Amino acid sequence: MQAVSSLLAAIGRPVLALLAAIGRVAIFAAEALGHMLRPPFYWREFGQQVMQIGWFSLPVVGMTAIFTGGALALQIYAGGNRFGAEAVVPQIVAIGMARELGPVLGGLMVAARVASSIAAEIGTMKVTEQIDALTTLSTHPMKYLTVPRILAATLTVPVLVAVGDAIGIMGGWLVGITRLDFNSATYLKNTVDFLQFWDIGSGLVKGAVFGFLVALMGCYHGMNSARGAQGVGAATKSAVVAASVLILAANYLLTEVFFSA
Amino acid sequence: MIELSGVTKSFGPNHVLRGVDLVIPKGTSMVVIGGSGTGKSVLLKSILGLVRHDSGTITLDGEDVTKAERDAFLARFGMLFQGGALFDSLKVWENVAFRLLRGSLKRPKDEARAIAIEKLRRVGLRETVADLYPSELSGGMQKRVGLARAIAAEPEIIFFDEPTTGLDPIMSGVINDLIREIVVEMGATAMTITHDMSSVRAIADQVAMLHGGLVRWTGPVADLDSTSDPYVQQFIHGRAHGPIEAVR
Repeated sequence: MQAVSSLLAAIGRPVLALLAAIGRVAIFAAEALGHMLRPPFYWREFGQQVMQIGWFSLPVVGMTAIFTGGALALQIYAGGNRFGAEAVVPQIVAIGMARELGPVLGGLMVAARVASSIAAEIGTMKVTEQIDALTTLSTHPMKYLTVPRILAATLTVPVLVAVGDAIGIMGGWLVGITRLDFNSATYLKNTVDFLQFWDIGSGLVKGAVFGFLVALMGCYHGMNSARGAQGVGAATKSAVVAASVLILAANYLLTEVFFSA
Repeated sequence: MIELSGVTKSFGPNHVLRGVDLVIPKGTSMVVIGGSGTGKSVLLKSILGLVRHDSGTITLDGEDVTKAERDAFLARFGMLFQGGALFDSLKVWENVAFRLLRGSLKRPKDEARAIAIEKLRRVGLRETVADLYPSELSGGMQKRVGLARAIAAEPEIIFFDEPTTGLDPIMSGVINDLIREIVVEMGATAMTITHDMSSVRAIADQVAMLHGGLVRWTGPVADLDSTSDPYVQQFIHGRAHGPIEAVR
């Protein structure tokens, strides 16, 4: 009997801890959203975050997309070759990039670059009393630090996804015409003709959700960072892991909602 | 006047404040002394609402600080943090003028910069420092910038959290003298927490000794050396033996 109760306790403890963590994140997110609707708004900080999260993530998202698009073209060609469907490379590269790989890989790259940097920056601000200093200077840390980052990530990641889609498709096109003997004009025509608005639109919506999750995780873990270098390191790691897992989970849920029959 | 009555604060099983009673009259410079880990910073942060106390009351001019309108309440305070707590991403002048660039005290940018430079001069820093970033400054300069930021909006009450920690004796003397001059000049109420006895003698009108979560002794700085209180005597003379355990 005691063994059963110990087993149940061992299962129950992490489940309760997980539920408590989900609750804390939900309260944090609700608080951040509440602050988004009430002035003051720190537009300068928002502008800086648009540059930090959006503009400076372009190279990494672009590089990821171009190589992914190229590899995807090679894989589809090799796979399609087995049943004489090599010609669908442009269409599958386009749909694969726009619906899935553009937003997911773009989101994961932004998670690695941005969630870590947000968590480390805010965590360091916390351990060096800069967050307390903000409060004593009559500035709400949620408004000054969290809202500009969440808003900037939610708005800029879809743009990054759109750019990533275009670069990824271009990567596929480049491989298609140089390695797979596709005609350039035909490749591009097939891509454009086949793509529908919702293929791209669904990816952009995913991008907005992923951007929100990345910044939320960065801010949440930064604000709750423990003291010392080890605390900031742990917060950074947790932010990246949580953001990545949430992106993949949200991607599945959104795909179910958008495309399940 | 700031008045604390029966203030308690615990972190889990650690009872940091066990019923602190303390009065800081308007225009007085109160220095709170005590060993490391005795709750001095918690006491100061409780007054500002950065830490929520568990029980007891803290009032500012008779108004409960927990019920005061937050922005108006905080606008009355300036604070110098132990490590400076300067914002790394902002230039020195933007740090000093932080309060003047946003919120209810917002001024035009040129005016805010001019005030920041004037405050930097007041703490002995040249105008050229204004466009540097905090990471380009020495520890002593960062403390001065923190002091300039604390006084930029001319607050009625200024808190100093271990103002000389990490500084050499000469720079400590400079900071102590600056604090004393500024507090007298502005007619501000000041509360300083420190375990540096040179700071106590330079800054204080009144001294309170915190130990074991309680105020063990309070009185004018002139009485500090003559008091028979064993806690104060052990502390100010830095003796290893006495009622305060050396290993805490």
